[in-house]
Parts: sequence; structure tokens; C-alpha cells
Amino acid sequence: MQWARKQVNFIDFALSSMLRRTGKNLALLLVYTTIVFMLASVMFFSISIRNEALSILDATPEIVVQRVMAGRHEIIPHGYAEEIRKIRGVGAVRSRLWGYYYHPGAEASYTLMVPGQVSLRDDEVSVGHGVLRTWPTHQGGEILLEKSDGRVVALNVTQLLDAETELVSSDLILMSDRTFRAITGMPEGYATDLSVSVRNPKECTTIAKKIRDALPDSRPIIKGEIRRSYATIFDWRSGYVLVLLSGAVLAFFIFALEKATGLSAEEKREIGILKAVGWTNSDVLILKFWEGAIISLTAFLLGVLAAYVHVYFFSASLFEHALKGWGILYPSFRLHPSVDAYQMGVLFLLAVVPYALVTVIPVWKTSVTDPDLVMRQ
Amino acid sequence: MTLRKSHRWLLTVSLGFFLLAVAMLASPRILRDRYDARISSQRRLVAELEVTDLCLFTDARYARHLSQADWHSPFQDNPTTLDYFPSGSMVMPPETLRGRSHAMGEKTSQLH
Repeated sequence: MQWARKQVNFIDFALSSMLRRTGKNLALLLVYTTIVFMLASVMFFSISIRNEALSILDATPEIVVQRVMAGRHEIIPHGYAEEIRKIRGVGAVRSRLWGYYYHPGAEASYTLMVPGQVSLRDDEVSVGHGVLRTWPTHQGGEILLEKSDGRVVALNVTQLLDAETELVSSDLILMSDRTFRAITGMPEGYATDLSVSVRNPKECTTIAKKIRDALPDSRPIIKGEIRRSYATIFDWRSGYVLVLLSGAVLAFFIFALEKATGLSAEEKREIGILKAVGWTNSDVLILKFWEGAIISLTAFLLGVLAAYVHVYFFSASLFEHALKGWGILYPSFRLHPSVDAYQMGVLFLLAVVPYALVTVIPVWKTSVTDPDLVMRQ
Repeated sequence: MTLRKSHRWLLTVSLGFFLLAVAMLASPRILRDRYDARISSQRRLVAELEVTDLCLFTDARYARHLSQADWHSPFQDNPTTLDYFPSGSMVMPPETLRGRSHAMGEKTSQLH
């Protein structure tokens, strides 16, 4: 109990001492909070989007087969589907028709797609919410697209895809087979690629190998690879997240190092006076430890709370420009909070402990010096 | 009676951490039904349309459908053209291209 009372007194003294240097400490708190905010935002965003991507893409086709020519993705003849159907263990093989459409007015690329299970009339389309947000010539439920022969076709927007699915459907324009071929110029008898379902999902790799053997110019892409691609991109310990994080971590270490390299003359004089009035080295160290802890705990709390609000209430809007790049179209989506104790622990260890420890070093150096000498400096 | 500075700080910080813990533990549970509904409608759409990628990076085609990117993506226009799309610096090559030396990708690398 006495120990706790002593610590409370130290905290009182530390707070009073810090309030005497309000400007400096507020600036310190602001920088520290910003760094924690960046670290936590990147971590929250990457963990949530990764979980979301893995859950959604679990429903993607088991194998997608592309044709490769001269190292580039090439349209695939329907005859390839027949060859693949002959392989034992293969379920359904479907042609996928999809491609891109660049709209010069919007300066955006959209994904055109023919839905396999829904039939659309030749003059109608279903579009994602992002399409309507960005399509400049959208009037009276019609959008105009240029066909491969240069003529313009007006298509009625008959359905808007569910707003909840924007993360996968924002730029989609769904249309009939015939309209798709007229716009893209894709010849009859060809598809963009093939989707293959496998009777036993454990055999995906074997079947993909058999497809590759039967059709040497094909490139099978397995669902596991698709999911792993996204898992790696949004793994907060690798990929671009690490690049973002390393900037923030580096800034933090420069900041902590600056703090570790020395104390101001005022701080040294304060330590000298404390020693002169009878404080021991350990008392001074505890006091300065509490000063560091007050700053780092407060900054951690503010930074993490701000990051939580930023990512889960404002959909990580600060990252929108980074993710959007030169793209015009960006989906509107809400992330689900999915941070666990381990991740919070890592963040705490990364953001609080090094700072609290590193601030003690210069204090220790000063506190072991003769108080008279310290005060004369 | 006024509180001491230390008590005020300890109380504020404790309350803040408590709120943070409550937000982190309770909000996923509170929002679970909405999340499940959203995920299932997205999965339904992915299964129905056979979608393979998220619509996050729309500036470059190899980033829009990054799992379907072709072999020469970063140098798509000519062999000396460096990747100039901002999203290209964030998106790594798909697993199929990186998989050669990757332990998990060893099996699939035999396919290419």
C-alpha cells in the first residue's frame, strides 16, 4: 500500500513537472499520438480487410484457366473447355466473359462481365454503385458505351448491385453475351478464361497439373493461390503494409532516439536540484520513468482510439488516396472490427515499451553525476 | 473535495483503456449479424458471377484483378517501362508468379 502511495506521489510530481513545460510536452504528445495512430490504423485496416477478403474469396472458382500467348493473357477457345472436361475429377467447366472498358470522360476503367447464372436482355445492364457514382453521361437510367466498331450503344440500367457488395462489385457492368461481344470485339467461340469446379477440392493442385499437361499454353490459377495473394498483400507483417509501417516505425525510432541522446539544460538542472535536496538515483529514475509512461500511455490510448474511429467508423478514409492511386473509382465499404489481444499486445510493445525504456537512459547518466556539477552546467 | 492530479490522470487513462477494451470486445459481437449478412451477400455474388478479386485498386488492370495478372504485368507496355501506377507499388505480384521459391507455392510452381 505504501509502495502504491509512493508511486501516486511520483505521478503527481511528474504531472506537475510536465505541466510546467506544457508546450513542449503537448508537442511531444501530438507527435507520439500521430505515430501510434498511423501504426494502429495500418494494423486495424490490414487485419480487417484481410479477413474480409479471405471470407469473400472463399466463394471464388476453384480453378480459373487462362490461355497464355507470348507471355500475355490471351482469349481462350471454347474447345479448351472440352479438353478440360475429359480430365477425371473435373466438375463443371464454364466460360467466363469479362474485360475492361475505359471511359475517357470519367477517366476510369470499368469491368465488363457476363453473368453466368442470370440472363440479361441485350439492351440492359446491371451495374455496381461505383459505376453510377462516376459515369459522367448517365442520364435517365441509360449509359452509353462505344462498341468495337466505333458505334455507340445505349444500355438501360435495370438493376443496381447490392450496395453491401461494393467491395467486389463497385466497378462491374453486367451485360448479355451478345452485347459484351459487340462492345469488346471478342469473337464467337472464345471466352476470356474458363472457370473449373473440382469434385474433390483437395485434388485442385493435381487437376491443375493435368490441365497444364493437356493444354501446355494454359495457366491454371487455383483458389488457394488467389486467397494467398490477398492474404500476403494485407498481412501486416509483409507486403505494402510493412512499407507503410516501416515509415512510421522509423519515425518513431528517430523520435525516441532524439529523446535518448540527451536532456535539456532545464531538465538537468531539475535533476540536480532533486539530488541536492535528498532524492536518490532510483527516485529520480522512477520519476522520469513515470514521465515517459504518462506520455506514452496517453499517446497510445489517444492514438489507438483515433485509429479505431478512423478505420471502423470512417472506413479508413485517410488510406483511400493511397489505395485509389490514379484510379477514379473506389468502393464504399465498412470494415468489421477484428483485432485480437495478441495484435494489441504487439502494438503496445512496439509503441510504448521502447519509449518508456529509452527515456530512462539519459536520466540515469545525469542522475549519477554530482548534483553540483549538473547544476553548474 | 478536489481530486489530485495523479488520480485524475489514472482515472482518465483507466476509463480510456476500459472503453477501448469494451469497443474491441463488444463491437464485433454487436455488429456480427450485420457483418454476417454482408459477407454472405458478397459471397453469393462472388459465387454467382465467379468473381476472383476485390475492387480496391482500379487504376491498373493488373492491380484490379491482381490474381489474374499476366506474366509481364509491371513491364506491360515495353520491357523498360517501369511500373508507373501508384497501386503497383503496393500490390505485389500474384502468388502464382512469386510462388517459385516460396515454400507454400512449391507445389503449384511445378504447374508453370
